[in-house]
Amino acid sequence: MNLTLKIWRQKDSNTKGQMVDYKVTDISEHMSFLEMMDVLNEQLVNSGEEPVAFDHDCREGICGMCSMYINGEAHGPDRGITTCQLHMRMFKDGDTITIEPWRAKAFPVIKDLVVDRTAFERIQQAGGYISVNTSGNTQDANAIPISKHAADEAMDAAACIGCGACVATCKNSSAMLFVGAKVSQYALLPQGQIEAADRVRNMVEQMDAEGFGNCTNTGACEVECPKGISLDTIARMNRELMKANLK
Amino acid sequence: MSGFFKSSIGRKVAMALSAFFLMFFLIIHLAVNITSLFSVELFNQLSHFMGTNPLIQLALQPVLIFGVVFHFVMGFVLEIKNKKARQISYAKNNGAANSTWISRNMIYSGLVILAFLVLHFIDFWFPEMKVKYIEGDMTGMIAGTQEFRYFDELQHKFLEPWRVGAYVLAFVFLALHLLHGFTSAFQSMGSTAGRKKALQNFGKIYAYAIPLGFIVIAVWHHFNHL
Amino acid sequence: MSVLNSKVPKGPIKDKWTTYKDKINLVNPANKRHIDIIVVGTGLAGGSAAATLAELGYNVKAFCYQDSPRRAHSIAAQGGINAAKNYQGDGDSTYRLFYDTVKGGDYRSREANVYRLAEVSTNIIDQCVAQGVPFARDYGGLLDNRSFGGVLVSRTFYAKGQTGQQLLLGAYSAMNRQIARGKIQMYNRHEMLDVVKVDGKARGIIARDLITGKIERHSAHAVVIASGGYGNVYFLSTNAMGSNATAAWKIHKKGAFFANPCYTQIHPTCIPRSGDYQSKLTLMSESLRNDGRIWVPKNMDDVMAIREGRKKPTDLSEDERDYYLERRYPAFGNLVPRDVASRAAKERCDAGYGVNATGEAVYLDFAAAIERYGKEQAKIHHIENPSKAKITELGEAIVEAKYGNLFQMYEKIVDQNPYKTPMMIYPAVHYTMGGVWVDYNLMTTIPGCYCIGEANFSDHGANRLGASALMQGLADGYFVLPYTIGDYLSDDIRTGPIPTDSKEFDDVEKEVKDRIDFFMNNKGTKSVDYFHKKLGGIMWDKVGMSRNATGLKEAMVEIKAIREEFWKEVKVPGGANEMNPELEKAGRVADFLELGELFAKDALTREESCGGHFREESAEEDGPQKGEAKRNDKDFAFVSAWEYKGEPADAVLHKEELEFKDIELKQRSYK
Repeated sequence: MNLTLKIWRQKDSNTKGQMVDYKVTDISEHMSFLEMMDVLNEQLVNSGEEPVAFDHDCREGICGMCSMYINGEAHGPDRGITTCQLHMRMFKDGDTITIEPWRAKAFPVIKDLVVDRTAFERIQQAGGYISVNTSGNTQDANAIPISKHAADEAMDAAACIGCGACVATCKNSSAMLFVGAKVSQYALLPQGQIEAADRVRNMVEQMDAEGFGNCTNTGACEVECPKGISLDTIARMNRELMKANLK
Repeated sequence: MSGFFKSSIGRKVAMALSAFFLMFFLIIHLAVNITSLFSVELFNQLSHFMGTNPLIQLALQPVLIFGVVFHFVMGFVLEIKNKKARQISYAKNNGAANSTWISRNMIYSGLVILAFLVLHFIDFWFPEMKVKYIEGDMTGMIAGTQEFRYFDELQHKFLEPWRVGAYVLAFVFLALHLLHGFTSAFQSMGSTAGRKKALQNFGKIYAYAIPLGFIVIAVWHHFNHL
Repeated sequence: MSVLNSKVPKGPIKDKWTTYKDKINLVNPANKRHIDIIVVGTGLAGGSAAATLAELGYNVKAFCYQDSPRRAHSIAAQGGINAAKNYQGDGDSTYRLFYDTVKGGDYRSREANVYRLAEVSTNIIDQCVAQGVPFARDYGGLLDNRSFGGVLVSRTFYAKGQTGQQLLLGAYSAMNRQIARGKIQMYNRHEMLDVVKVDGKARGIIARDLITGKIERHSAHAVVIASGGYGNVYFLSTNAMGSNATAAWKIHKKGAFFANPCYTQIHPTCIPRSGDYQSKLTLMSESLRNDGRIWVPKNMDDVMAIREGRKKPTDLSEDERDYYLERRYPAFGNLVPRDVASRAAKERCDAGYGVNATGEAVYLDFAAAIERYGKEQAKIHHIENPSKAKITELGEAIVEAKYGNLFQMYEKIVDQNPYKTPMMIYPAVHYTMGGVWVDYNLMTTIPGCYCIGEANFSDHGANRLGASALMQGLADGYFVLPYTIGDYLSDDIRTGPIPTDSKEFDDVEKEVKDRIDFFMNNKGTKSVDYFHKKLGGIMWDKVGMSRNATGLKEAMVEIKAIREEFWKEVKVPGGANEMNPELEKAGRVADFLELGELFAKDALTREESCGGHFREESAEEDGPQKGEAKRNDKDFAFVSAWEYKGEPADAVLHKEELEFKDIELKQRSYK
């Protein structure tokens, strides 16, 4: 199929960007979206132009690196996938596809479609861990039984890949699904209880400092999240923060 | 604790708390008004009670006004903050793909409700305050008679079709606001109850029933003016 | 005596590590503050090492090319992690894990290292649970295990199909704690481009800031390379797009020996290539072979009919199908080890029986499993004379519960419903057992330069067992390196900070800058990918699943020719002082073009078949094992460690003889 691409081009964080039109031809419907981008880039390199910079790595939907806003949706029109898992069969011959970087003040554009997500790093560093030495001299792994239900729910929250689609899709650029997922994982496990109050306070404080917006419960993040992280994690985080402040 | 209400989540909680209070108030308000459909006497008595009881007038009324003002001001503050969190907007954004129009536009339904409240205050609250606290007439009677003035005033207000139309429109927006706001408030309070079918259904009933009640009252009095 | 000294401690194998730990030199806590360590790569090995070293008190500088340490490719591991916990009481022990690993590695790994790995495996699970890794649990609240290919016990711990992700996030959280404390300085979006040696010791690296293009000097008292494997030398692999061998190859060129490059694991259950545009291959967990039956059509007519869309696989009756693994290996059937399953698929496809357009795909069929489970469920639910539809419905529910996420992934990629029609699979390059040679301390032949995780060669021999990669990465990073590095650094407590304004740093920085300048200024006509794909094609055809002397010799010549063409014709757009993904790729492919040749040379030298390395000349000639791999313990029970001497073809072989004192060498048989 033949497609028109409208892609955000921006040289670096200090330069103004704009949308530029490109044409690609003979795209197979079996290609992944990023393979289609590879075709475009090969075309650009061969014609002496600079290829479009975009983040990608594992190309199997788990590293969380890829991040494109495609036709008005984070990771494009399919559900439960990352951009790298989007396939061209979702599009039709002659389509125009608009491709933009994640837009959020806390995620400044580095180049073209590449954004800086280190705000997520700083939030994790503020408390996204359990303070246990890595000596291996902890108690036996089976010393504390954990209910299967809690373990499974913690796993569901921990499945977050930190891609930032929640922020990108949220009309408020809120990071609460990301933070809520991490807070929930630890809140559900006995290991996480000891530092629970400090953790949620510090992580929320850092989240606010980074300039993310506030949640208004539209639920868009949950829909667009490639890993199906539940909105319930945000409720849990709210609860955890209230608990932490009532102590 | 003051730190809590400065945090993003604290503000959500504050929004939700004020919302719960306002939703409770709507029930009371409707309950009183609905009596006007079948008993002039009861309506008048209830109105008089609400309008003159010191506890309600001096304690609950300021709280209510604070709640209304707070909910609006905080709503605007958050909206501005949220807008700032995305400085360059998307060239193409398909919000309908993942969320309802209502949930994304609470600020607009809120603004319509605010405009309505201004009209509503001019219609009822300011005259009421004037009579009671400036003129000092706490009797609730039509001047020179032994009859309560409340029902009379109510009917009188709904004479004009434009006002009835404005009220109906505002209540439609109130319904929209409540459709998202009801369950959203639970979520903000850290409860997942708002995500359960039962409460969602209840929320829908509430969001339709309350505004519908007010609409019926307004329209009824317009057409049943004696 | 060989220049290689493995430094394996004396004594009985089960006491080696404990006794050794008791005796090695340590650095006291106050002195650790004055010692800097660079860690390159932040996967399971690098991440866990960085966190632990920082916790011990060293100043750690950690580097990763991704925008976050959490994105390292360890994250993609699905199945699980082995540990000799024996929670299931099914007879597991440290010795048995050790034995399985050595045997699975086809007797080409170093006994002492493997025993240590098995020994610390249990600590890993304790550690990860303490960190909040949400391992799967049973209804009693205790940890659940599953079994994995090639072993007789259930010792694999897992977190849904995302074990690698959860373990990495555990190590990442430990890193975050140290970053917050200021003990780790994290350099995201940085790529190490060379190592700097001072007085023969590794004392720093030259790195490029991938955002600004700035070339930076970083000094330290020791350098740890944890940059993963080199599977991307094949262009198509299950590795991440950015996975590269540059760090490992650069230390090789500066004196670290490179061991056993020809040991590559080709994983049998990957989604086949669909066309030339393909950029990477996707693996599906090996666990699928527990319930799936692998087949191709018996008759060529059916193959053609299927390729042309005239027939569907479900149209073929049982006797029109060739369940070739069950036919060839009646004892193990579809559960033969990875290398055997992969070669058997290649054999059928080479014979022309491949079932997709590219001719490189076989079926993995769940119909039998669905029926079996369906009937079983009907019995459990007391359904008398269930209809076929009911059986299918019940069976599909069980299969979905077991493999739902994999089936969904398959459907997203291939656009076919694997519940209704058999999956198509084909082997793909997955893991490289070979890597930088290290001694028992995990130190390379450059003093002060360590190598851990997939980047080193030590633990898996010629073939890695499922769920052992995660174990090795974390064992190296959490529990081995942090001890052994102290032995070396105890001499450095008075050294003080290493200056970066020395001639040594000047020289290496110049080399790095010259190379970047070359790329920017070269007036070539072909993109980096052009060369990478070409290299990958040769590697796959001639140095792939089965190899012979003629092909390997040709490969060496051809790779050299591509390399020469590369340096003339490569075209890199953009600038050096900005984010430039093409420039990054150019540097990585330049290194692959050298590594590929050494790879072929190593494969040529090893005239035996072992594990992932299959030489057509070394196969059983008759008897029941006819055609199967034939190991030659008499002549090849050694590690090939290559010393760099300019051109890859000139590399000098050093042999580390392998001694098996605790395990008897046996030919593997799965018939």
